[in-house]
Amino acid sequence: MLANVTLGQYFPGASVVHRLDPRTKLGMSFAYIMVLFIATSWLSYSVLGLASLLVIWLSQVPVKMVLRGLRPILMILSLTVVLHVFTSREGVELVSFWFVRIYSGGVTQGFLLAFRLVLLVLSTSVLTLTTSPIALTDAIEVALRPLRRFGVPAHELAMMMTIALRFIPTLLEEAEKIMKAQLARGADFESGGLLKRAKSLLPLLIPLFISAFRRADELAMAMEARCYRGGEGRTKYKVLKYSGLDAYAVASFVVISAVALAL
Amino acid sequence: MGVPSIIEIKGLHHVYRGHDGDTYALGGVDIHIDEGEFVAIIGRNGSGKSTLAKHLNAILLPTEGHVLVMGMDTQDARLLWSIRQTVGMVFQNPDNQIVATVIDEDVAFGPENLGVPTPEIAKRVDAALKQVNMLPYRNHAPHLLSGGQKQRVAIAGVLAMHPKLLVLDEATAMLDPVGRAEVIDTILALRSAAKMTTVLITHHMDEAVLAHRVIAMDEGRVVTTGTPAEVFSQPELLESLGLDVPLAAKLAKELQRSGLPLPDGILTAAQLVNALCQSN
Repeated sequence: MLANVTLGQYFPGASVVHRLDPRTKLGMSFAYIMVLFIATSWLSYSVLGLASLLVIWLSQVPVKMVLRGLRPILMILSLTVVLHVFTSREGVELVSFWFVRIYSGGVTQGFLLAFRLVLLVLSTSVLTLTTSPIALTDAIEVALRPLRRFGVPAHELAMMMTIALRFIPTLLEEAEKIMKAQLARGADFESGGLLKRAKSLLPLLIPLFISAFRRADELAMAMEARCYRGGEGRTKYKVLKYSGLDAYAVASFVVISAVALAL
Repeated sequence: MGVPSIIEIKGLHHVYRGHDGDTYALGGVDIHIDEGEFVAIIGRNGSGKSTLAKHLNAILLPTEGHVLVMGMDTQDARLLWSIRQTVGMVFQNPDNQIVATVIDEDVAFGPENLGVPTPEIAKRVDAALKQVNMLPYRNHAPHLLSGGQKQRVAIAGVLAMHPKLLVLDEATAMLDPVGRAEVIDTILALRSAAKMTTVLITHHMDEAVLAHRVIAMDEGRVVTTGTPAEVFSQPELLESLGLDVPLAAKLAKELQRSGLPLPDGILTAAQLVNALCQSN
C-alpha cells in the first residue's frame, strides 16, 4: 500500500523539454519567475502564458498531470482574487450593495495576481515533471556551487538529497513491514479520533526511527570504506553537458521574455 | 617468502570502551594473508571475527599491536585512503551500503571519491558490472533488486576501486539461499578469473570449505587454522567453538562409520557425490 507511492512527480519521456540540460531548465525556470514578477500588463502575461502552453505541449506531458500541480494552491488563488476584489478601492466603482463595494481596479488586480501565480506554479511543475530528481539534484549542486565561498555546503546538500531519494523507498518498505508486524500483535491504526490515531502511530514511528539511525550509521561506515571524504577532489561519473538544444531554448526564452516585457 | 603479504597482523588487541565497562573483542591475533589467497574466517557471534574484519581497512584501529596492509600501518592517518582503496569491504546489510539511486552511479561512487578521471570511471563501471554479471541492470533503481543482486552490486562498487583484497564481512548472512548462491558464485568467478585475494567472514560452514585456508576464531583469539580438510576433520573442536561441521562432511563420516569405503576429507556435496559414484 505504501510501496506504490511515486517519487516526486517525474514523468519519464524523451521530449525536447526532457532532453534539455537540467541546469538550463532550472535557470530558465528561475528567470521565467523573475520575468513574471517584472511584467505588469495583461498583454505581457498573455505572451508569457502562451509560451508556457507551448512548453507544456512540447513536453508531451498530459495536461491533466500539469494541472494537478495547481490543486494545492486553489485556496490561495481564490483568496487572492477575493481579497483584491473586495478590498481594493482603485478604478471605477462596479458594484455598490450594502457594505460591498467592488471596483474595476480590484478585479483586474486580483485576476492578474492569480494568473501570475498560476503561471509560476505551471512553470515549476513542468520543471519537476520533465526532470528526474537525480538530474535536478545535479543541477542544484551546480547552481549552489558559487555560494560555497559563503559557506553553503553545495556538495553536501546534493549528497543529502541523493541519499534521501535513495532511502525513501527502502524506508517505506520498512514502514509497511513494521506496520504489519504491529497489526499482527493487535495494533489498530485506523479507528478512533485524530489524537488516538496519532498516538497509535508511535509503535510504528519509534522502530522506524531507530532503524533509520542504524542504517545511517552503517551507510556512513560503508561510504567511508569506499573512500568518501566530502566533495573535495571528487570527480564525476556522469558529467552534465550542454547541447545545441540548450542554446535554442535559451535564445527563444530571451526573445519571448524581451517581447513580453516590451509590451 | 617471495610473495609479499597483503595483510600482516601482529599481536592485535582490540577493546571497545563503553559506558558500562570495556569489552575485550580481540586478544592477541597474529595473521598473515598472502596475495592470491582465499581465506575464510569462521566463528560464532561475538568471536571477534567482524571486529577483525574492521581492522583490515582501518575502520577500527588497534588498541594494541599492528595491522599492516601491504606494508602500510593502519595507525598512520596519512595512509588511511590508500589502505581503504587497497582493501575493498562488502558489509552484511545489502540495503545500507548502496548510496546512489541508480546502479551504475553507485558503482561509480568509489572511483569518484578517488578522483579517477571521468572516461576512466565509465570503463571501470562497465568492467565491474560485467564481472559480477549485473551489466543488464545498470539503469535500475537499487530498491527493485533482490538481496543477492544488491550484494553483487556492492561487490562491483568495491571492484571499481581496483582493490588488492576483497573482504566480505558476513555478506551472505542476510540473504536467502538463492541470493547466497549468487554471491558465492560471483566470488568463485572472481577467484578463477582475476585471482582476487579474498577474505570471507562467514558462519556458513559450506561457504568456508570453498576457501584455501580456514581460520577459526573464538573469544577474540585464533583457535585453529589450516586447510578446510584439516579444520573440519576436528568435529569435537568445532563443536566446542559452537560451530557446525558441513553437512556433506558429517554425512560422509556417518557413511564411513557404517562401512562404506569412502576416502577421508570429503567436505562438499559435490565431493560426496563424486566419491559415492566412484565407490560403486
